[in-house]
Amino acid sequence: MKPLIKKLTETFSPSGYESAIRDVIRLEVEPLADEIRTDALGNLLVRKGEKGKNGRRIMLAAHMDEIGLIATHIDANGFVRFTGIGGIRPHTLVGGRVHFANGAQGVVASESADFLATKMPASSEYFIDVGATSLKDCPVKVGDVAAFTRPFLDLGGRLVAKSMDDRIGCVVLIETLRSLKSTPHELVFAFTTQEEVGTRGAGTSAFGIDPEIGLAVDVTLTGDTPKSKPMAVSLGQGPAIKVKDTGMLADPRVVAWMCSTAEKRGIPYQREVLDGGSTDARAIQMTRSGVPAGCISIPCRYVHSPSEMVDYQDVQNAVKLMVALLSAPVNW
Amino acid sequence: MTDPLAFLKDLISAPGLSGYEDPASKIIEEKWRPLVHEISRGKLGSLHGLRHGTGPAPRPSVMVATHMDAIGLMVTGITEGFLRVTQVGGIDPRVLPGTPVMVHPTGAGGNSPIPGTVAQPSAALLPEDERDGPVGLNRLLVDTGLLPRQVAERVRVGDLVSFAQPPVELTGETLSGHSLDNRASVAALTICLEQLQSKIHTWDVWAVATSQEEVGLLGAIGSTFEIHPTIAIVVDVTWAKGPGTSDWKAFPLGKGPTIAMGANMHPVLYTRIKELADQLEIPYTLEYSPSYSGTDAGATQVAAEGIPTLVLGIPLRYMHTPVELVAIKDIQRAGRLLAEFIAGLGPDFMEKIVWD
Amino acid sequence: MPTIGTQQIKLLERLCNAVAVSGDEGEVRRIVLDEIKGHAGEIRVDALGNVLAIKQGSGRKRLRVMLSAHMDEVGFMLVTDEGEGLFRFESIGGIDVRQLPGKAVLIGKEHVPGVIGARPIHLTSAEERKQKVSLEAMRIDTGPGNSKVKPGDRATFATRFQRNGPSLMAKALDDRLGVVTLIELVKHAPPEIDLLAAFTVQEEIGTRGAKVAAYAFHPDLGIAVDATPAYDLPMWDGAENSSYNTRVGLGPAIYVADNLTLSDPRLVRWLTETGDALKIPYQFRQPGGGGTDAGAIHRAQAGVPSVSVSVPHRYSHTAISIARLEDWKNSVALLQSALARLTPELLAGERA
Repeated sequence: MKPLIKKLTETFSPSGYESAIRDVIRLEVEPLADEIRTDALGNLLVRKGEKGKNGRRIMLAAHMDEIGLIATHIDANGFVRFTGIGGIRPHTLVGGRVHFANGAQGVVASESADFLATKMPASSEYFIDVGATSLKDCPVKVGDVAAFTRPFLDLGGRLVAKSMDDRIGCVVLIETLRSLKSTPHELVFAFTTQEEVGTRGAGTSAFGIDPEIGLAVDVTLTGDTPKSKPMAVSLGQGPAIKVKDTGMLADPRVVAWMCSTAEKRGIPYQREVLDGGSTDARAIQMTRSGVPAGCISIPCRYVHSPSEMVDYQDVQNAVKLMVALLSAPVNW
Repeated sequence: MTDPLAFLKDLISAPGLSGYEDPASKIIEEKWRPLVHEISRGKLGSLHGLRHGTGPAPRPSVMVATHMDAIGLMVTGITEGFLRVTQVGGIDPRVLPGTPVMVHPTGAGGNSPIPGTVAQPSAALLPEDERDGPVGLNRLLVDTGLLPRQVAERVRVGDLVSFAQPPVELTGETLSGHSLDNRASVAALTICLEQLQSKIHTWDVWAVATSQEEVGLLGAIGSTFEIHPTIAIVVDVTWAKGPGTSDWKAFPLGKGPTIAMGANMHPVLYTRIKELADQLEIPYTLEYSPSYSGTDAGATQVAAEGIPTLVLGIPLRYMHTPVELVAIKDIQRAGRLLAEFIAGLGPDFMEKIVWD
Repeated sequence: MPTIGTQQIKLLERLCNAVAVSGDEGEVRRIVLDEIKGHAGEIRVDALGNVLAIKQGSGRKRLRVMLSAHMDEVGFMLVTDEGEGLFRFESIGGIDVRQLPGKAVLIGKEHVPGVIGARPIHLTSAEERKQKVSLEAMRIDTGPGNSKVKPGDRATFATRFQRNGPSLMAKALDDRLGVVTLIELVKHAPPEIDLLAAFTVQEEIGTRGAKVAAYAFHPDLGIAVDATPAYDLPMWDGAENSSYNTRVGLGPAIYVADNLTLSDPRLVRWLTETGDALKIPYQFRQPGGGGTDAGAIHRAQAGVPSVSVSVPHRYSHTAISIARLEDWKNSVALLQSALARLTPELLAGERA
């Protein structure tokens, strides 16, 4: 799985501009799909399996997009002003490197960055230096999009990359699709777009799919770093089964189904209540007449920074859990 | 049930937090069974009761939505036997210290509810800059009095904690307790269903106790899409005048329901129900709602291709605290107004629901 | 070909001078219905008050294109009658409270005049003048006599439309400019497309009209025709203004990204290629902030490729906005020309 994680996390695709990651994922899943299509907002949808007597139509969702930056102004000296695409945390930017869709690369700096600066710059004070000397020779124009530049890092048990959120979820779905031997369900694997700007791809693709159950795979925060906000989720304790986040109460029947399946198969798991943030499951839940929805979360440190960290066993156990859930009839 | 007191006290004594409304929906279902022709559930837990109209099929339908979910707390972690919690729905943490609560454990060690209290840690146990002012929800703890080992056996992350303040009857035929937002409206709808027993109505009537209003109108979104009514009426509690609540956004307690007008409501429906209330001499107050009503109507109005929507309010003091206060008469008036309005819906009603 | 001439400017004047606040768009709706009568195959008013009109094209396979312009403006609702002609009021839509003291307003269908007063400077202290006047402290004064005004009535700024040199000065250029543009496009719809025109309600309070209109239409693509702020005044210290959003005089603004929508790149290219080929000036709106009806349209049903095109205007959501007539003319030209060269091939592939 590690080469796949490396390939996906190193691909450039901020929200709204997901063609590159869609092509990468399509190569992986097309041979495994019964049917594959792309919808109006660029979601990649893979159908697998036929709905049997005890089966349901289940939508699985992991988002392909990552947070990024978009150029708002090029000044007379070729410096690039920008705003964020999705939840950019300003203090993770300074000194970071970004690259643009057209290949231009640069470094993020800020106005008040004198040598001994101790205060955090205001959001409006940041800019990207692409090495241009004037507006004329700047390779970037207003509207161009950029993403963080960071190579994947394998620390053995722990893996680090930008866009673990949510390429790791995409990997879990790809591996599930690969490992699934049989299923009584009609499954639609949705590699969604524009989650980071408001779960937009998930909402529209769910309308098109019209599922009976929705399961998202996304990252969640942890409470296991020095003086972190208390949270009962840690790296290495298993995938997290989401009970609640800021945008959604997971359907209790889905939560119970996931927990009992994990317990039966001896798969470690954690119960998750997240204070802050939501996932594609929220958008799926609100579709049409409503869809019972839940989420398997991969515990992740340093979310929305250029170096997000997950535990490799958590990822493997997430795949195991997903395969176990989808291989058998739903127990409600 | 012209006196809804017993039903209401029963209903608010059951938990039924957003997303977990079963305890409440069971009580409502039992009450509605004899009053409707069909009972069903929406995909996200809403309760649907259908009364067939007498008109020829296909009949237009009116959906009356009252949310049954209540606000409360959820366990986010366990530390030395104390429970850390987050809110389900909007709670001002300042009403929490010393509040009686009930923990609903789902762990292996037994599922019977555990009483507890919300503990405000003493000053020395808090960061220096948080000692004087109100203590934030992230610092409050729930103490059940059980030993840490007992708590670990029974309570899990994600378990619910509901208010445990028992209902109190106060003077002037008022009732105080938690979850009157919005079970008071459920009672009003129930009175409406009872009155419809002895009336003829040509339209189908969908009585809907929606789920998850407090966390994003989820039940209303799903149920309105599924039922696809011709018009929707939302009944929710609104602010009653009282201590600290006296401006134009608050309405007299005991002087009848409010009828709301504004962007979220269809102006012709508003005018029609107002005229009816005048005709029947049912007292009411006009509620001005410039943009968003803060109710399920936010969802019903924009479901599918749009549904003409009406909003009635039941004035309530101390909203979102364990001691909310309503006047029983306001509930009865709202129920009666609903029944009369529904009975008056004729086959050509929609021809009049046009914009000027 | 739609043109912006004397007739269209007169129509804009009538529309800008109307009182039509989110949730109460009747005065504009009546004008719109009157104008498009006979020019579209199907015209109806839906449950929220949107005017929905369909003009079928002809010939080869056509795309169903939804264009939306919002009829509502930001304004006020009177909420309490305090007697003697004084009313407390609330704002509807985003209005900077600092724009209100000392303004004249018009109330309701009858355009009853009122004023938002302010304390005389003589009776204020220097300390007090450092604070914004709060909405709670302000009143609309209709005079101590009897008027028919009552709580629930909506009000707008009382500004009357004017032309001044190259500029249009009025309230509610956002989005009466779009409304006239859409009326003209309906009247002169290119046969290459099926035109689904939505004159929407409640855009200013959450694109609510567009949400249900897009559901009903479920188009192949969506275009919001709106007006967007130009913050193109000089910086206080003479430094380069890098947060102008758009600039007046540089043509219609094409959106790449705002807070609600990441425009479909194929539609952005389609518009810029049209502008380049036909030498119609255009600019890019700075990414970020704000939103249009496209926010609701692109999320309708199973998703709709969408983009927005807006006329730049200064002092949005205040008593007096200013736009350039040329920018408006060019936005109509850009839209008409682009629609005329629209073929289904544009959306045949994937969003990229």
